[in-house]
Amino acid sequence: MINNFKWCCAILIGLFAGGGHAFAILPIQNWQTSSGARVYFVENHQLPMLDVSINFAAGSGRDTPAISGLANLTRHMLSLGADGLSEDEIAEKLADVGAELGGHIDRDRAGITLRTLSNARERGQALDIMSRMVQKPEFPEKVLDREKMRLVAMLKEAATKPESIAERAFYSLLYGSHPYALRTSGEVDSIESLKRDNLVNFYRAYYTANDAVVAIIGDVNRETAQEIAEKLTAKLPEEAASLPALPQVTLPLQAQNREIPHPATQSHILLGYPGMKRDDPDYFALLVGNYILGGGGFSSRFVEQVRQKRGLAYSVYSYFEPLQQKGPFQVGLQTKKEQADEALKVVRETLRNFIAKGPTERELTAAKQNLVGGFPLRIDSNRKILEYLSIIGFYRLPLTYLDDFVPRVEKVTVAQIKSAFQRRIDPDNMVTVIVGAPGAS
Amino acid sequence: MIAISGSTVQLGLAFIFFLIGLLPHPARAAASEYTLSNGLKVIVKEDHRAPVVVSMVWYRVGSMDEVNGTTGVSHVLEHMMFKGTKKVPSGEFSKIIAQAGGRDNAFTSKDFTAYFQQLHKSKLPLALKLEADRMQNLNFSKDGFAKEMKVVMEERRWRTDDKPQALVYEQLLATTFEAHPYRRPVIGWMSDLENMRAEDAERWYRTWYAPNNATLVVVGDVKPREVLSLAQRYFGSIKTKVLPIRKPQEEPQQTGVRSVTVKAPAKLPYLMMSYHTAVLRDAERDWEPYALEILAGVLDGNESARLNRSLVRETQIASSTGVNYDSAERGPGLFYLEGVPSEGKTVTDLETAIRGELQKIINDGVKNEELDRVKAQVIANEVFERDSVMAQAHQIGGWEMAGLSYKTLDILVDKLKAVSAEQVQAVAKKYFSDDNLTIAVLDPQPLDNKKPLKEPEGLRND
Repeated sequence: MINNFKWCCAILIGLFAGGGHAFAILPIQNWQTSSGARVYFVENHQLPMLDVSINFAAGSGRDTPAISGLANLTRHMLSLGADGLSEDEIAEKLADVGAELGGHIDRDRAGITLRTLSNARERGQALDIMSRMVQKPEFPEKVLDREKMRLVAMLKEAATKPESIAERAFYSLLYGSHPYALRTSGEVDSIESLKRDNLVNFYRAYYTANDAVVAIIGDVNRETAQEIAEKLTAKLPEEAASLPALPQVTLPLQAQNREIPHPATQSHILLGYPGMKRDDPDYFALLVGNYILGGGGFSSRFVEQVRQKRGLAYSVYSYFEPLQQKGPFQVGLQTKKEQADEALKVVRETLRNFIAKGPTERELTAAKQNLVGGFPLRIDSNRKILEYLSIIGFYRLPLTYLDDFVPRVEKVTVAQIKSAFQRRIDPDNMVTVIVGAPGAS
Repeated sequence: MIAISGSTVQLGLAFIFFLIGLLPHPARAAASEYTLSNGLKVIVKEDHRAPVVVSMVWYRVGSMDEVNGTTGVSHVLEHMMFKGTKKVPSGEFSKIIAQAGGRDNAFTSKDFTAYFQQLHKSKLPLALKLEADRMQNLNFSKDGFAKEMKVVMEERRWRTDDKPQALVYEQLLATTFEAHPYRRPVIGWMSDLENMRAEDAERWYRTWYAPNNATLVVVGDVKPREVLSLAQRYFGSIKTKVLPIRKPQEEPQQTGVRSVTVKAPAKLPYLMMSYHTAVLRDAERDWEPYALEILAGVLDGNESARLNRSLVRETQIASSTGVNYDSAERGPGLFYLEGVPSEGKTVTDLETAIRGELQKIINDGVKNEELDRVKAQVIANEVFERDSVMAQAHQIGGWEMAGLSYKTLDILVDKLKAVSAEQVQAVAKKYFSDDNLTIAVLDPQPLDNKKPLKEPEGLRND
């Protein structure tokens, strides 16, 4: 029973937050495989284990409404039959050496992760399976039919859950005809229509060597890491033409409000606006500013106003999710239906006030103290470092990204935050979604 | 005066490995244990991989210590612990930690209430000073309490009332147990929350928050002796309390299948089953709980484990299945099985199929390759969990709260590796019997019912 906020949101926005005193920042080694994949490696022998991930520009931003969910289903099917191995054989061979297989998909990226012991036997077997999954997936028809059925069932269930309903409406209103509007998991109709050929073609188009980003951390030396990266990417599809960039996000010209009835006892409220890109010039001002507004847990203005002063919600937060194109800025909370109007009013006033006046010097100092002082916590495990490597590689951030971070956070001023929020977030033209709205029953 | 119990097994060894960096993999990191004269137990585990530390204070009080009328008071007190002391105003605790670059939070369970901070190692004294302060000087202002109760009720709505599967779990426990307090939800019944008074939380605090009912767990880039002297400095003067006698409240023998149905807005039905089982009481001599852990792995430990392979992949009766068993609990043990039937299948189909899988193990046992697979995961996980200082602190605290020494963790892998196929079959035979079974089912309701559904009344005492 965690007395929580959406810490995940603080992490999303803060992925690269931090900075280190006299701290030797990660020695990242970087090279390309013979097939053109980019590799990011940190050698670390403290524990006898190895983490490896491979990611592609194959997120749901590559879907269209007719095939919504294809990116997700393609990624999901990688582990369910490959290079002559059945799904059960894949699972058994990984389990036999105690390896853990994971996956990730968002609007930009799709990929898989592997955690294994670093002994030659365990490591060899686990990586062999991983490389066959990534390079020789078979997308067996029978398995595909079953997985489609399971996904559809999950989506029908999600259609009854207030948080899923709210999230779906939010992205749809915020992004309109942009592919970011599409839900990563897809829609019932589009998934039912997907055929094996769709997956095969999607795989060939997007799981290409040139766009692959391999991240490795753990108990192997450079030479072994090079062999691993080669083995993972040598037989990936070759790119026919370079991938088109995702379209730019257009900003809303008017406020959009949607109220959706639901029998739940609480209203689920989401507000938002297109936020920032991963390489955004306002990145640091918005990052530090959002910590003060709604990313910094008990230190944030939203928590102070909504929870601490008025007891209106258990969880209230804001975050930016930086993507290739402008990812969402989102404010969210849940509150008893009868007080939804009151809570929404407080949230809107808090946001307007922050945009109009910016933070105080004191708040800025406190935010910097947390972001700078908390830096070591952001790279205190192999799992966290693996994700850094993957993000740095995927978004082509400089290898000095972490070294540059503290000075850039420390340079942010009150005026910059105020200016960035005023230029970037328009409180008059926001998207608002209320599921379980008090009036709409 | 510091009374030191326990010792520092293997401590120096791991440290030297790190310093000289020649031997790549330190032996399994050992921990040091001390007890201050006021009864506060201090457990320190070194992990020098990053200049960070996690500090946790665990109180051995949770919902199983509560009584009717004030269910949820342990969790309410957890919230109040952030509402200030004489020296630290309401809400400041977390702000001070944040400004030190740290993160903090807390969690409450059936068995315990715990508070933690993750920080740069240089900030450990600050965390200990603040924790020691709120162990003794907590405020209970009427106004602050009333506001926080609103927050807790929102939490209950969000966590349970509007989540059909959470309601099923709540009802499963309320049906599985008649006498044992595990029948009550950790967050408490809504009526008890509505009628909770500041005095209830304050009485709870005065009764249970004492050094002799707490364990400080510190994991990270620290030296045990230094942590010990910090603990002594900040906690050493806090007075011991006489704790209430804890009565066992043992659950009477169940004598037949029990079942309960929950109606809530949802699309798919959902099934949860629980069997009463053993848990670890004597980590050296008991064997059944280890066999039950392995059994859980055989059923659900990986994608090709029995339930997923048979019910999701082959017969496609279920769209998902799961198993849960925890051998470290203060109270009685439960072995849970759960699942969502595929479209066109019913919860009865799924229940029959799950019981069929259990019967196969009772009749035919398990294969050695299945056993080896689960054990390979046990061995790997023992390494993987050392990647996170939080996970290590959590594990130590959890085992201590269950009344098992953290030292048990050192024999855990060997005990699990020693489990035989015959032992797995034997625990399946012994515990998977109808007389021992409770079934809870979600009966999905359409969303357009006009009124919000209330919790089904009268199901708890069937």
